[in-house]
Formats: sequence, structure tokens, C-alpha cells
Amino acid sequence: MGLKIVVLAKQVPDTRNVGKDAMKADGTVNRGALPAIFNPEDLNALEMALHIKDLRPDTEVTILTMGPPRAAEIIREAIYRGADNGFLITDRKFAGSDTLATSYAISMAVKKVNPDMVIAGRQAIDGDTAQVGPQVAEKLDWPQVTYAEEVLFLNDDKIGIKRRLENGVESVESTFPTLITVHSSAPACRARNAKRVMTYKHARTFTELQEEVRDYTELYDQRPYLSICEWNVETIEADPEHLGLSGSPTKVKKIDNVVLQQKDSMVLTDSNQDVELLMANLISGHIIG
Amino acid sequence: MNNVFVYCEINEDGNVVDVSLELLSKGRKLADELGVKLEGIFIGDNLSKVEEQVFPYGVDVMHIASSKKLFPYLTLPHNAIVTHIFKEEQPEIALFGATTIGRDLAPRIASTLKCGLTADCTSLEIGDHTENRTKKEYKNLLYQIRPAFGGNIIATIINPDTRPQMATVREGVMKLEPAKKMSKPITKLVDIDNILNDDHFAVSIIERHIEAKKVNLRGSQIIVAGGYGVGSRENFDLLYELADAIGGEVAATRAAVDAGFIESDRQVGQTGVTVRPKLYIAFGISGAVQHRAGMDQSATIISVNTDPKAPINAIADYTIVGEISTVVPKMIEYYKKHSK
Ligand SMILES: Cc1cc2nc3c(=O)[nH]c(=O)nc-3n(C[C@H](O)[C@H](O)[C@H](O)COP(=O)(O)OP(=O)(O)OC[C@H]3O[C@@H](n4cnc5c(N)ncnc54)[C@H](O)[C@@H]3O)c2cc1C
Ligand SMILES: Nc1ncnc2c1ncn2[C@@H]1O[C@H](COP(=O)(O)O)[C@@H](O)[C@H]1O
Repeated sequence: MGLKIVVLAKQVPDTRNVGKDAMKADGTVNRGALPAIFNPEDLNALEMALHIKDLRPDTEVTILTMGPPRAAEIIREAIYRGADNGFLITDRKFAGSDTLATSYAISMAVKKVNPDMVIAGRQAIDGDTAQVGPQVAEKLDWPQVTYAEEVLFLNDDKIGIKRRLENGVESVESTFPTLITVHSSAPACRARNAKRVMTYKHARTFTELQEEVRDYTELYDQRPYLSICEWNVETIEADPEHLGLSGSPTKVKKIDNVVLQQKDSMVLTDSNQDVELLMANLISGHIIG
Repeated sequence: MNNVFVYCEINEDGNVVDVSLELLSKGRKLADELGVKLEGIFIGDNLSKVEEQVFPYGVDVMHIASSKKLFPYLTLPHNAIVTHIFKEEQPEIALFGATTIGRDLAPRIASTLKCGLTADCTSLEIGDHTENRTKKEYKNLLYQIRPAFGGNIIATIINPDTRPQMATVREGVMKLEPAKKMSKPITKLVDIDNILNDDHFAVSIIERHIEAKKVNLRGSQIIVAGGYGVGSRENFDLLYELADAIGGEVAATRAAVDAGFIESDRQVGQTGVTVRPKLYIAFGISGAVQHRAGMDQSATIISVNTDPKAPINAIADYTIVGEISTVVPKMIEYYKKHSK
């Protein structure tokens, strides 16, 4: 029996490489200057889903992402690597959502797809919160298995998972349906498949199609697999009150620059005399010795 | 105003973990500032030692849920118990360790109670707030302060309208401090039979391997830290030699860990350990914000760097502009000659 799996993936600014030009003069971050990437741990999550599909070839792997229209890029990326299809949830009404509002929207979309399992990344590098996975599980009223590293076994009513904890490992089993979040220590995602890239390179969302110069209507009629489904607040039947700023209990009160606590530093060279002076200071000050 | 709650984690040996004691220390101060009580939640199997352990931190009320089924930790039963307590007691503030347990549990609780949660706070303060649009005033909110955007900015987050105001905090961030006055806490036993059902055990544990912590950076008063500038695993031996001589532990930056010079359990910083030793010697460390976040509270900081403009020098008490390979042997030699 194959499974229906939804993988949650987010397109994020690459905060690991914030260069000087990404910081504006007023100290705020210029998101536009950062490349948008597939959130790293979501690639580990995708790999876990594809691994399950290897074990059970009639499994269907669906990518679900919530974000601006350009986030369709990561759906294509996932399809190139082996996902079967994808949904983009996009709507202005999502703007300003914190993790609670985000997980509400995602859970409503997941209910529409109605899978046996949701696999998410542990955390997204733009916020490092690791909250959306457990919160989606709660909204669905499903169990959760966090920090997954490996699928140990899979049978008709249970999945076995090895979890990576801060001080060891733990093996657990969960009934279905279940939500899993995947840790970066899990296997890396397989590369793109050249044949799939050829087949799906024209896959587009409705919004993207409207921006194309050429008229693809005919192509899409012949090849329906090329349309990436786009959903909004109405499609997922979400209550707008629970979305965006009004659905978000956390508010950002202020943002500060990181300021260095300047100290009066004693500057020395690496000469014998200077190193001895430093060591003598440390010993006489009872800092060492 | 209602009380401050801390979810306390219990380890394999039946001890309350350090981060929970640190949060009780912080929770005591917040409770005093607000004029309310400090309450702890203890869920597990072997809880005989916990009252004695938390006594110095001034806990007013202990909520105890004890059963074989409750250790090791499982998300759903712990979530059911904590949300049950929160619904009855309506806490003002609830704190959790930013551990594998706390970061699994706290978001689930926040979602159940539809309240806000801020992960990985580096500072917690009480303050007021005026809503820009409505001019509505809020008194005594919890300012949840944390680095954001890869550590490049610091954000202050608030939850004006929902309770509890929830936050997670990493080990080592808050100071472990006994309370000024203590009294024997009131104990409230949680009636778990009325809370738990079979659905809460949809996930079960097959096997566990928990290792005791090998390195204890936070327990060390002297830290000899190396960065990418150390250059190789072999060169790190020199730092071990110095640490041995002066009685310290060796730590590193993420760049050094990523380069394979040293093990990740020695990483200091935002995604590693937070330390505040008497002495921190930084060899070949540039001083990125993410690294400084884990060590800038050290009492004395020495930077040894070939680059006189390395950002770490700005927070150093002493800066040696020079080569690691020259400086370290000189330090060892001087120390061996002149220490008692
Ligand atoms: C989300 C996020 C989280 C992070 N978390 C952490 C964290 O927890 N901890 C952490 O450390 N980093 C963390 N980082 C990485 C951090 O941004 C820096 O990349 C890292 O701290 C740099 O390490 P470094 O100073 O060793 O290396 P570099 O920046 O490469 O600096 C090397 C230094 O060595 C000096 N040097 C070179 N040769 C010599 C020599 N022979 N003698 C003396 N000096 C020499 C150079 O002048 C330079 O200053 C994080 C990054 C991100 C995006
Ligand atoms: N906007 C989103 N769209 C799809 N998945 C998301 C989104 N935000 C978060 N997730 C998923 O939830 C995980 C944790 O995110 P976070 O709580 O933001 O750290 C991510 O690794 C994703 O798998």
C-alpha cells in the first residue's frame, strides 16, 4: 500500500551568508539582497519522503509551501528531485503571520490534501524557531515525531523513526497519521534527475503563467502535469481572522542593531616582553594561577 | 496578576536539569518584579529528589505529575498535563528550556492554547507597551528578546493580548542564582488519570541511548578557544597544551568545527554553548556576532589575532596582534616558570 505524504518546505533568504551589502545603512536587513534558497532542513525532509517512496513506489509525495508567488521555484526544485506534485499557498492576507497563524494556514491546506503523513524540516533558517512543525501537528490533532534522522521501519500501521537528541539518540514508533520533523543530520537530499528536469522545466503556477510572454495554453491543455496548483485563503477555507497580523499573538516591538560593547583594550605585540607582561597581569590579578 | 511558571525537565538520574534551575532563578526575579508567585511543573517517574534540588531557587508552588508512563518524555502526555494545568491556573508567563524537549513541547502547548511563543530568547525583561494604532496601553509585559536573521539583528517580541506569554531559553543564557528568601513550597499533585488517555500514547519509545556530557565548557572558569585561524587539527594540540597548563577547557568557533579541527560539542555561540568564564582566550577568532553571543559575558577576554582590526578585539581586555604559533608556547613557558 502506498502512502500519501505532504512535505512542508519554505523558501528562505540565505541568512548564512549575510554580507555587508545585505545590511542597510540604518542597520536593518535588506532581504532583497539575499539569495532565496530551499530551506536546508526541508531538503532533508524531502529526502526522507523520497526514501519512503523508494520503499513503497506507489507513494505520492506532494510539496506544500506557503509564501509569495516566486516560492513556486522550490516546488519545481522538489519536482526535479523526485516529488510528484506541489501546492503553493499564496495570498496577501498571510502577510505578517507568526508561527501560529502560519501553522493554522498550513494545517487547513494539509486537511484538503488529506495525507497519511506530513514531513517538515526541523526549522527554517530565517527564524530558527522550529515551531511550525509541532504546531501544524497540534492543529491537525496528530502525534508528532521531531528531530528525525532515519526511517527504521515502515509497516501498514506504524513507522519507526530514529530521533537525534542533544545528548543521544532515541528510537520511537508512531501510528498514522503522523507528522515528522527532520534534523540536518538526516541523509542529504538526492540531486536533480536530468530527465525530470526536462519533463518539468515548464511547470508553472497560474500567476507565473500570466507573466510569460508566450501563450502556453495549448501546451498546458496537453500536459496538465505542468500546472502547479495555487491556493489562496478561500481555497483552503481558512478564517481570515486567524491569519496575518490579526491571527498572530506575537508582535515585534522593536528591532535593534547588534552593538559591540566597546572595551578599552590593551594592545600588545607577540614579543617576549609583551606576552610576559600579559601573563604577569593575569597571575597577579588571580585570573590564572 | 497571575503567576510565573517554569516547566522543569528531569534527567535520567532524577535530577532537575541545569537550564530549568537557571529558568527558576530568572523566573524568581520576574515574579518578584511583578509581585506574583513562582510555580514549577515537574513531570516524570522518579521525582523524590526534586523538591530538595529546587528549594534554593525559591519556588512557591510545585505541580507534580508522577507515573511510570511519564518518563522518558513523550510529547502528547506532557502536553496534555501542562495544558491542563495552564487552563486551570492561567499563568502570566511560562518558561521552557530551549532543549530537544522544550522545543518539542512548548510550540505544541502554544498552539493548543492559541498563545504566542518566542524561541531561544537571550534576555527577558518586564516593560510597558503602547499600541501604535489604537493607543491602547499595556503594563508589565514580558519583553522576549532574541537575535534574529542569523544573529544580525536583535528583536524584542511581545504578546500583548494572549496568556501565558511563553518563551524558551537555552542552557547557560540565564544565570544560576539562589533566591534571596526561600520557604517550603506548596505541593500540588496532578490527577493524571483524569487527564491521560490511550490516544496520548500514539508514539512510543522503542530504545534510547543517552550519553553523559563529555565536555563541560560551562563549568570551566578558564576557556582557551580557537577559531578558523588556528589552521588545523594538529595546531589545536597546542591549545590543549595551554589549557592543560593553566587549568582550562578548549572551545572553538563554528568555522573551526565545520573545518573538522575539533568536535562540535566544544562550539561556543548562538548555536553552541553559552559560557561566562573568568577568562576567555580567543585564538584566531574574528568575532562574528553569532560567536560573541556565546562568550561576551566573560569577565576577561584576550584576543590573539594577526589582524589588528578583527572585530573581537573591540570586546577584548587585551589584544595581542600576532601569530598563534609564536604566542602560545611563550604563554606556556612563562606560566610554567612563574606559577606556584
Ligand atoms: C545562524 C548562524 C549561527 C551561527 N552560530 C555560530 C556559533 O554558535 N558559534 C560560532 O562560533 N559561529 C557561529 N556562526 C558562524 C559565524 O558567523 C562565523 O562564521 C564564525 O564564528 C567564524 O569563525 P572564526 O572566527 O573561527 O573564523 P574566521 O571568521 O575565518 O576568522 C579567523 C580569524 O583568524 C585570524 N587568523 C588567521 N590566521 C591566524 C594566525 N596564524 N594567528 C592568529 N590569528 C589568525 C584571522 O585574522 C581571523 O580574524 C553562525 C552563523 C550563522 C549564520
Ligand atoms: N511558509 C511555510 N511553508 C511551508 N512550510 C513551512 C513554512 N514555514 C515553516 N514551514 C515548515 O516548518 C518547518 C519549521 O519552520 P520554523 O518553525 O519557521 O522554523 C520548516 O522547516 C518547514 O518544513
